[in-house]
This record gives sequence, structure tokens and C-alpha cells, in this order.
Amino acid sequence: MSDHITLHVARYRPEKASETTFDAFELPCPKEWVVLDGLNHIKDRMDGTLSYRWSCRMGICGSCGMLVNGEPKLACATFLSDYAPGPVRVEPLRNFPVIRDLVVEMGDFMSKLTRIKPWIVRQVEKPLSDGEYRQTPGELDEYKQFSMCINCMLCYSACPIYGLDPHFIGPAAIALAQRYNLDSRDEGAAERMQILSEHDGIWGCTFVGECTKVCPKHVDPAGAIQRYKLQSAVEWVKAFVLPRAAQ
Amino acid sequence: MTPAFDVVLVGGGGAGLRAAIALAEASQRLRIAVVSKVYPMRSHTVSAEGGAAGVISPDDSLDEHCYDTISGGDWLGDQDAIEAFVREAPQELLRLEHWGCPWSREADGRVAVRPFGGMRKMRTWFAADKTGFHMLHTLFQTSLKYTTVVRYDEWFVTKFLVDDGRVQGVIALELATGRIEAITARAVIVCTGGCGKVFPFTTNAAIKTGDGMALAYRAGAPLKDMEFVQYHPTGLPFTGILITEAARSEGGYLINKDGYRYLQDYALGTPQPKPVLRTMELGPRDRLSQAFMKELDKGRTTDTPYGPVVFLDLRHLGEQLINRRLPFVRELCMKYQNIDPVKELIPVRPVVHYMMGGVHTDINGATPLPGLYAAGEVACVSINGANRLGSNSLPELLVFGARAGRAAADYVAGAKDPGTTVVAQLQDEQRRLEADLLQQRGRERIADIRQEMQLTVEESAGIYRTGASLIRSAAKLRELQERARDFRIEDDSRTFNTERIAALELSFMLDVAEAIVTSALRREESRGAHQRTDFPLRDDQRYLAHSLVQRQPDGSCRVDYLPVTITRWPPAERVYGEAPSDERSHYVARGAIPSGEGV
Amino acid sequence: MRHNAVYTPYHPRWHRTRVSTYWWLGRWSYFLFILRELSSIFVAWVVIYLLVLVAAVSKSAVRYQQFLDWSRNPFMLSLNILSLLFIVLHAVTWFNLAPQAMVVHVGGRRLPGSLIAISNYAGLVAVSIVILGLLLIRW
Repeated sequence: MSDHITLHVARYRPEKASETTFDAFELPCPKEWVVLDGLNHIKDRMDGTLSYRWSCRMGICGSCGMLVNGEPKLACATFLSDYAPGPVRVEPLRNFPVIRDLVVEMGDFMSKLTRIKPWIVRQVEKPLSDGEYRQTPGELDEYKQFSMCINCMLCYSACPIYGLDPHFIGPAAIALAQRYNLDSRDEGAAERMQILSEHDGIWGCTFVGECTKVCPKHVDPAGAIQRYKLQSAVEWVKAFVLPRAAQ
Repeated sequence: MTPAFDVVLVGGGGAGLRAAIALAEASQRLRIAVVSKVYPMRSHTVSAEGGAAGVISPDDSLDEHCYDTISGGDWLGDQDAIEAFVREAPQELLRLEHWGCPWSREADGRVAVRPFGGMRKMRTWFAADKTGFHMLHTLFQTSLKYTTVVRYDEWFVTKFLVDDGRVQGVIALELATGRIEAITARAVIVCTGGCGKVFPFTTNAAIKTGDGMALAYRAGAPLKDMEFVQYHPTGLPFTGILITEAARSEGGYLINKDGYRYLQDYALGTPQPKPVLRTMELGPRDRLSQAFMKELDKGRTTDTPYGPVVFLDLRHLGEQLINRRLPFVRELCMKYQNIDPVKELIPVRPVVHYMMGGVHTDINGATPLPGLYAAGEVACVSINGANRLGSNSLPELLVFGARAGRAAADYVAGAKDPGTTVVAQLQDEQRRLEADLLQQRGRERIADIRQEMQLTVEESAGIYRTGASLIRSAAKLRELQERARDFRIEDDSRTFNTERIAALELSFMLDVAEAIVTSALRREESRGAHQRTDFPLRDDQRYLAHSLVQRQPDGSCRVDYLPVTITRWPPAERVYGEAPSDERSHYVARGAIPSGEGV
Repeated sequence: MRHNAVYTPYHPRWHRTRVSTYWWLGRWSYFLFILRELSSIFVAWVVIYLLVLVAAVSKSAVRYQQFLDWSRNPFMLSLNILSLLFIVLHAVTWFNLAPQAMVVHVGGRRLPGSLIAISNYAGLVAVSIVILGLLLIRW
């Protein structure tokens, strides 16, 4: 294994150019280094003008999503040595507007998260003095997987539907809606269903399945969407067959 | 002039979001802004793993939690604040449960608790080993339903607006566009967290650069107890990734290169197969990190390319328990260290983790500077004293986030509007950030000065300290401050210029480093996380007091002392473990210890 | 879209990449996805084909013979073989999807996804055997 590796890093400088270019950097490649270590090495030692987001370096803050050789990855959880002898292409996440270099615009994602009402909805709030809502480990397991999303947006980057139609509400937002729907403390499923059965909601998904493949936290958004569709279809049939019972 | 907001929060982590919700609930008429240099769910609260302490078991009591916290902090915590904290912590954790936090449960559906270091009862609530992650996302998602909260995501605060001795908002830089604006308010709550990045080896995220501490310090608020820096005993070498204390509370052993549970040699009790509260691996973090240094001196650690290590042994816990209670530990070990804790030992070493000190506040989060409040790790109330107990920081940010929010809501009702000097302050700051910083072509690399600062601080203000090295270090930091005037910033772009941000962060860190070293030099005793080899004993005569560092007009700092508030627990000796025993036979199988290579 | 907008200070000029018309050729999983979308045409064709068959049978033996002759020509034969392949693809991807969409509890425990997929395939095999059996009995 060679002890050096070349990174081709996408650069976009809005003041100077209207198109993306690539800069090549030759880096040392110790086996402990992840792509993010390489970028930090470039920033600190080679070219201070490179811009990218990062923070926790332990795969939980969700900041450093980018494309590594075309695949959506967390830069902090992707070892450089896995790509030896290189070169490695590093680009901003696909399907998002680029602000600068590896930094993408995420306002659209944030507004989509907000749209599905990601909080506990109750008809009547239980007073604190009555203690906790009881929830068995089994009930917790029902939604636990969908509560693991770190908002890294890799799934949006992998989703061709979102790429073709930016209005599609997208995998993470639907998985988050399911996280609350399946929580035994929540009563907001009907409200969320209204939002998600709209045109840009769950029916936009045609099950490519890539969102689940790239998810670093095994949230399985594709599964969340298919479950939602099934549920929505069942409700529709119920309302059709039993108009009164459903109301 | 009418301010844009009633309250501006700086920082969108656990404390900031809790304060924002408290404000939004206090009155629907309050206009609230959350200004954060990252999107709120990226905040470092997300990395907290083990849990949050709050008394709920019938066999537990508030007094016991108070005592554990006070003795854990070596009697430097203010006991009135600790009593309030302990009383309100269960309420706050329960509130989070009502907001949807996925706490781990007992079979009957009640919230489960686990043991934790330095706690004599099981009282740590947890969400597997991603407690901070779940708390932060619950707070953030809940905050989205309050429409009076306006977010300034990825805005970096560079200065507090001070008018007529009152804090009246902030000046902030929008990363995406480079726009610099004054965000005026009647009060500011700073919740920016700690400053671990002052040190070279830390569990802290890249964003933990002490911004709020330096901003408050420059605005005229004193920093309290800055010499108390917590080393967590179990970080992964190279990355510094935290292996939660919960790994030990679930039954993990700490062993040296001989497979020996070495903590038994350091007044932490005798080893038992099952974890015993306040004993051995469940001792407080300061003692455990100090024990590592003594093992290092005795040559009983293992050398690796990334420093000496001891080992955390979880193998006897079994795959099932590890997967259920410590899934993130396993994920982190496998992903970042290429080790499976089900079958292998985890190499660990002490790593800078938490700042006990911070902006001086009272029990309601108010600083001495009118209009400025602080909560969370950035603040020092102080409940943590000289050493924080694991799982006290998450409830702290809830309790004091909420308190600061409510106090600020009361304050703004009678507060004055900002004067017109804020316009001049904005112009000055725009000039500094644009004309100076964007065109600065000096000789010094930011990364070089940052690295020298980190090594300097670690060398003098690490686990053990001496007067001589602290004096050397203070001089070196002054030299670095000088050299930092001659930065080279290659990036002249206004759009997402992270190099300009790195320069601003470094200047904040240099101020914080100076406060740490200066207060460490002045405290001539050993207490909790502050261990002076030249003054090895605790000195209650002179130092049962908080240090307060205040910035002087010439930029230097002055240290004063403030007595500790004692209510019901007079200073006593810290005792952990049971009576010492001669039986020291609890070895782990010898053949299992790997050599230094490849770890 | 401000794709070619000129930069002005303090205003963003985002760069957007247009999705290429041939995006689905870049990855096997995207290509497979497009094939599955395409399979709907063939499903529709098989339905029409069956309807024509039923109509022929109901009319007369002669019409049925004409239908068989028509089906024998090479174009129809290859079209139907292609349709079969697409329908198999559709069925397999559908069955693989099922465990993600269906959460089945038995005795308070969640059934593993593999079991749901296997039971789907088992159903397919059972139905096929029944049909095959009917055909064999006829002949």
C-alpha cells in the first residue's frame, strides 16, 4: 500500500467562477485517516481557502456528508486507505445547490423537516406531576430505528426522485414523521398523514431504495415510506368500504 | 431604538434550545432569536452518550444526589445551586419525556436508570448510549413548534453589543453570505458550550472553541474556576472519541498492560466482579484520570503510536448486553478503531472532556453584567465544583437553561432599549472583520499557532500541574497572542469563509487559554481536577473559594476570589470505595493483553 | 434558478447541477429502478393479451385457433418472453420490498423481514404449483 494518496476536491468559488473545478492534493495516508483528516490536512497545511462543514468527527452530528468517488458518505466515517492507491474524488452532496466548495444549501431540507410536525401531538397534555407516560421496551422498539436519523442528508443526495423533483418531501422527513406516528405517546398521525398524502408526499417515492443503502445510521427511510404507503392505502380502502366506521 | 428581539440566544445546543422554549412558554409576545454558528442539531450536546442524572427511585433521595455532587466536586460547588439543581433535575427530565425523548425503559414501561461514576444510587436516565443525541433532537424538534423563535442558523457571533454597561445584543456574521449585522435585543443568553479545542487531545467537537466564554470575558463578565478542566479517563487514542462511562457502569473493567485492575491501588476500593457504586471503575473521573498518570509513571501502560494507553475490558458483558445498552460504543470501536469490544480490549487514555469553569453566573444564570445570562457548559454556576460527576451535565443544561430563560423573560419586561452607539459598534466591527481580516496577509499560519497553543496548554495545565510550567506557559501564550496579530488569511471570499472563522475562533481560544493558565497558576493547592504537584494538598483555609478572572483595560487579566456557598454539608474528605483490602488478586487473563503494535 | 447570475457581495450565488437525462445509466441500482418502472408497460401488455385471449375463447374455436397462430409468430413470441422476464423482475423486487413495508407481530414479537420475504415466495411457488397442476390434469 502506498503511503500517499491524491484527492481531487471539487471547488466552487462564487465570486470568481460560475462553474465547479477540481483541485488535486497529494496527501499522506496513514491507515487511521478518514477523508475528513485529509481535508483538515489540506486546510491546515496546503490550502486554507478550502471550505467544508465538520464538527464531531464521530458520526453523530451529521455535518460532513459529501460525495466520495460519487457515493454519499460521512467524511468522518470513510477511511482514505479503503480507496488506496487513489485518486479519490471528493464533491459536495448531489441534488443540493452548492454555496461554496463542499458546502451545500440546506434550507429546503430544514423546512421539510418542520413541515411534518416533528413533535409529540396530544389532545390533552398530561401534567408533569402525573409522572411519565408508560412505554414498554417493545413500544420503544416500534419507533426507535426511525429516531436514529442524524439529518446528514445522504439519503436526499442518493434519491433520484428528489434530484428530479425538489418538491418531493424526501426520505428523512418521512422517516421522522413515522418516528412520531409510531411513538405510543403521540396522537398526531392523522395530521401528518394529511400532509404526507399530498402530491409531494409519500406517493412521490417509487422505491429506488438507495436512501436506505446510504444511511449511515440504518434508519431505513425506504421502509418507513413503504409502510406509510401501505397504511395510507389501507385507510383509503377502509374509508371506501366502511364510510361511517372510518369517521 | 427598538431592538429587533427581546432576547437573543447565542448557541443552539441543549441549553440554548431549552432556554428558547422556556422563553417561548413564558410569553407569546417575546420575540426570541437563536443565533448559532452551526445548525442546532449539529451542536455538541449531540455527542453526549451515557446519561442524565435525576432522582426518581424510591430508595434514592435528593440529599444523596446533593452529597454525591458536592463531594464529587471536592466541596467547591455552591450548595444552594446544587440543591436547586438536584430538586429540578427530575422535573426537567420528565418534561423531556413528555416531549418525546426516547428514554430507555423498564419492562413495565417506567423510565430506567443506570449507575454512574461517583453516584451512590442508580439515578442516571439514559437513551441507550446516545442520550445527548436524543435529548438534542427532541429539544430541537420540539422547539420547531414555537413560531416566536427565529433561528439564525450558521451565523457566527463576533462581539456582544454593550451599551451603557448593559448587553444589548450581538454582532454576527452570516457564513453563507458574509453579511455582518447587529442583532439587537434587551438581553442575551450565551449557551455556546465548552472550550475543549484549547487542548490538543479532546472528546470535544471542532466547534468547541470557547467562543461564548471569550465573548463574555471581552464584554466585561468574569470567568469563574477556569483552572478546573475535566479529563475523561476513557478516550480512544488518535481520535479522542469518547467511550462513555456507561461502559464501566454496565460492568466494564479498566486494566493495565498486565491485565491488572489497577484502580485498586489508588484508594478506590477493592475489585468485585460486578460494578459497585462509588467504587473502582465507578469512581469519579478526576481520580481515574490521575490513576492513569500514576500507572504511566510506574511503566504499567502500553505504548502506541498515539500515546500510552490502558485497556477497557467489556468482553465478559456479552454481545447481547453490549448491543442493547452500549450499541454506540460498539459502533464507534468497530468503525474508528477496528476493534470489536465483544471480543477485544479497547485501548483508552484520558482525554480532555469538560470545562467545569465558565462565565460566572448566579443561581438564575445571570452574570454580573446586566442583560447577559449564561447556561450550560459555557457557564459556571457552580454546581460542578472542582470535578463534575458524569451524567450531571445534561440535567444541568436543562435546569439552568430553563432558569436563565425564565430570568431573562423577567428582566426584559423592565429593561431599557439599546442606545444609538450600537450603530458605531457595528461599523467598527464591520471594518475589523472585512478590511482587516479579509485582507490580512501576515506570516503566521492559523494552524501553527493553534497547535502551539494546544501543546502549551496541555503541557502546563494537564492532569498534573506545576508552578514553573504554568509560568512558562503564560509567557508562551503572551507570545502567541502577539504572533496572532500577524495571521495569514489566504481566503478573501465573503462566501462561507471558514478560514476567517478559524482565525476568530483561535483568538477566542487564546483568551480562554490565558484564563485557564492564569487561574491554575494562582491556585496553590490540589482540589478535584486541579492537581498541583508543588501543592499536593487541598487548602480550605485559602482556597475554599471560586477564582474569578476579569479582563483589564490593557488586555491582561486579574484574579479575585469569591467564597463558596456552604449550606448543609461542611467540607470533609472525599472517600470512595470500601475499606482497603490486601486481597489484590483480581487479574484478567494474561494472554489476552495485546502488545502496543497496531492499537 | 439563478444559474448564471452574476455574484454581488452579500448575496448567495448557488451552483446547481442539472440532472442529466442519462442519470439512470450511472448506477446499477438506478438502472434496475428504471427497468422496474418500465415493467409496468409489460404488465399492461399481458393484461391486454389475456383479455384478447378470453375474447377469442368466448367467440369460437376458430377465433381461438387464430389467436394461437397469431401468438406463434416470432415477434409475439419474443414480446411475450420479454414480458415474462419483466414480470419476474417486478415480482422479485416487489417481494423483496415487502418486508420493509410490512411489520408483522406474532405473540408480541416482530417477525424478521427474511421470514416475510420467504413466505411471499412460498405463496408464489404454491400458486404456481396449483396452476401447473390444473394444466397437467387438463392434458
